[in-house]
Amino acid sequence: MRDSADRTMQVGDDLHQVPLHDSELRQHNTISRLPHAFNFDRRGFFKVLGGGLLVCITARHAISQESGANVHHDHELPKTLDSWLHIGENGEVTAFTGKVEVGQNVRTSLAQQVAEELRVPLTSVRLIMGDTELTPYDMGTFGSRTTPQMGMQLRKVSASARGVLIQVAAERWSADAGSLTAENGKIRDAKTNRSITYAELVHGQKLAKVIADDPELTPAKDWKIAGRPAPKTNGHDFVTGAHEYTSDIKLPGMLHGKIVRPAAFHAKLVSCDTSQAEKIPGISVVRDGDFIGVSAADVMTADRAAQAIRAQWDAPPQISDRELFDHLRKSAPDKSDDQEQYVLGSVEQSRAQAAKTLQKTYTVAYIAHTPLEPRAAVAEWKDGKLTVWTGTQRPFAVSEELAQAFRLSPESVRVIVPDTGSAYGGKHTGEAAVEAARLAKAAGKPVKLIWSREEEFTWAYFRPAGVIDVSSGAKADGSLVYWEYDNYNSGPAAMRTPYEVANQRIAFHPSDEPLRQGSYRSLAAAANHFARESHMDELARELRIDPLEFRLKNLKNDRLRAVFQAAAEKFGWGKQKNSSGRGFGIGGGFEKGGYIATCAEVSAERGGVKVVRVVQAFDCGAVVNPQGLKNQIAGAIVQGLGGALFEAIRFENGRIVNPHLAEYRVPRFTDLPHIDVVLVDRKDQRSMGAGETPLTGIAPAVANAIFDAAGVRLRSMPMAPGGLPSHAV
Amino acid sequence: MAFILLVNGTEQHADVEPEKPLLYVLRDDLGLTGTKYGCGEGQCGACTVLVDGNPERSCRLPSSSVTGKKITTIEGLKRGDRLHPVQQAFLDVEAFQCAYCTPGMIISAAALLERTPNPSEEQIISHMEGHICRCGAYGRIIEAVRRAATLGSPKNA
Repeated sequence: MRDSADRTMQVGDDLHQVPLHDSELRQHNTISRLPHAFNFDRRGFFKVLGGGLLVCITARHAISQESGANVHHDHELPKTLDSWLHIGENGEVTAFTGKVEVGQNVRTSLAQQVAEELRVPLTSVRLIMGDTELTPYDMGTFGSRTTPQMGMQLRKVSASARGVLIQVAAERWSADAGSLTAENGKIRDAKTNRSITYAELVHGQKLAKVIADDPELTPAKDWKIAGRPAPKTNGHDFVTGAHEYTSDIKLPGMLHGKIVRPAAFHAKLVSCDTSQAEKIPGISVVRDGDFIGVSAADVMTADRAAQAIRAQWDAPPQISDRELFDHLRKSAPDKSDDQEQYVLGSVEQSRAQAAKTLQKTYTVAYIAHTPLEPRAAVAEWKDGKLTVWTGTQRPFAVSEELAQAFRLSPESVRVIVPDTGSAYGGKHTGEAAVEAARLAKAAGKPVKLIWSREEEFTWAYFRPAGVIDVSSGAKADGSLVYWEYDNYNSGPAAMRTPYEVANQRIAFHPSDEPLRQGSYRSLAAAANHFARESHMDELARELRIDPLEFRLKNLKNDRLRAVFQAAAEKFGWGKQKNSSGRGFGIGGGFEKGGYIATCAEVSAERGGVKVVRVVQAFDCGAVVNPQGLKNQIAGAIVQGLGGALFEAIRFENGRIVNPHLAEYRVPRFTDLPHIDVVLVDRKDQRSMGAGETPLTGIAPAVANAIFDAAGVRLRSMPMAPGGLPSHAV
Repeated sequence: MAFILLVNGTEQHADVEPEKPLLYVLRDDLGLTGTKYGCGEGQCGACTVLVDGNPERSCRLPSSSVTGKKITTIEGLKRGDRLHPVQQAFLDVEAFQCAYCTPGMIISAAALLERTPNPSEEQIISHMEGHICRCGAYGRIIEAVRRAATLGSPKNA
């Protein structure tokens, strides 16, 4: 264990400043940054984009030789560029980002920020995203970092570009740059009232400027394009079916691949007979170590060939879901690098001060992301270079995965991510990309591989299951005395309490992972909010204090108090009485810079639990696109309901028992509650991400409402996979 | 085996195995990739197409079983340059996030409105229950179907 003194932090200060901590990065399997990922020189760029103006921002640490704006002529662009943006001779603006679009609608919200700072209409901005050859290096689209980090980066390059355009206009007119303003795609000279469009300004030019300064940005209170509802920029392509997801791509001569999967996890191939498959005309069979796959001109033939392969596997005995929670607790090592602990005051010495104490255990099952578009990849080898289109959240990491797998130089691999059929943290890896590339290499033709739903349920990775022990004490007046919290395996995200407690010990203990586990929308914040906010509710009821009042009594943070109060007010908290089978619950917290409070009304009867109504208040700083944000928040509530009530991966001896949608229940139309979203738009605060935190309030709010309705405390997610337990009614 | 499929008002020659699911014929042989694979078990609705006006799961439908029937996919819903009212309403309401489920949702909703021009919320939910939106845009999808009902019949559009 690390020195706990080093990890002791004052609750309430830096706690609110840390968007992503070390262990989370480890959970995301962070890879080291490539030396550079800028394969284009200036000529190459203009060849792809046409003439105009290219504005680049250099990394802060690498600007010693640069000063102000340098015009680069025929020599190469620096290798240390953070971002770049192009204004074409037709006035079209192209911004570049390594982030990807997976339904969170950042293609729109980032474009809004570019349009805002560049002073152009939103319709003239397009984004090139997630292409390792064209876009700046990016670690990946996760951790709710797109808005706070990429948004800021693109705002900077756009504001710099605006400055360059003003400078170019000033030179052309021999005017004072100070008297020029940018507005609606034009530079205007207030003194002479003349104006010129950006298109006219850059026409016939191939101008590249590298900027090292930090430009002044437009404050959110003055935003005219950002901060307002904007429709999805390429929405038309989605309602017509025209958008090409990875699985829709077709290349000339392309084959369809199919992988022969092992009989169980960790299985080794004992024997393999591919002779029957090889007799099928046009088939390409690959046997490489334990990897077996085929490709053929059509899916039917590929399927048939895969089925014709006789493979014998030897798998070690493995634990089953019945033993899961015991295993997680027992397998946690006493010491581990991934262990984390926060200590404040002394839990031991403060126990005697508590009038009421409570000790409870909460558990969460393994769940699957179940993106509707399963993993898919199209791989093409051409002139020694590998290009792979795939739906991943980490194109640069997948590019590196491919380079390693095939012993290629980083420059020989290109990964392109078309806007993808969702991910939810489940597509950090490049399995399908590597598999498709292996098949394509053998076949000498491009190969498309689309995982089946069963493969996605089995061979992807899961949200970690966990066991969480909470022990607490409070005075009779409701003030918290101590808080002891041990999380086994589920993860440390948002495990610290936002409440004021003088004596705390909060620890994360990694365990042996019986299933392959990884990131999931909000990571462990959903589990930690479930445990903490359920426990707070239990304590409030023991103390006979209203659960909202109890929370506010122990809460100093203004922004969190504000969302609790906003949600409660909209919900009418305390105004309706519960009755048998009908109850109300509340829960909240903060994570990734977002503050959340959720109120739920449930109907809990013998037939099952129905969440009738949800009010969720959310504060993620200055809102960039309220239209997209509301969609994200409502969607997170619905998705969170699945894990709260009925989603669970069942497994037995190295096999998934329920790898189909008929057996793994996800939320459907009939599960939809009436949802009210209250946006707390803080224009004075930095814009933060919103993809994850809105998922964390629903489970505890529902758990607490079920208790209110039926008097039964459900401490395991999913809480009611088969309806309410019989002892509850 | 060669047979003819009537897709989006055009006769298409398919030379494929008769049991090949319609989904793969549409996507791989006819290049109509708007219809999506989601589960292959008829559980998610992403592969929904209209067969003689009825929403059907194309992932489990042998293509030879629909010869002589009118098949409509998302690509065949537009009337000239104009979006079908359901497409327009989905766009207006932004009833999607990743939008992978959207073509199937739109096709199903179009079939509902054909038969029930002014559906109640209960009717919409009951009709759409077989469709999964993992991004959880159900509320906006219901809103879009109601809005489409006010935009009028595609025939008059």
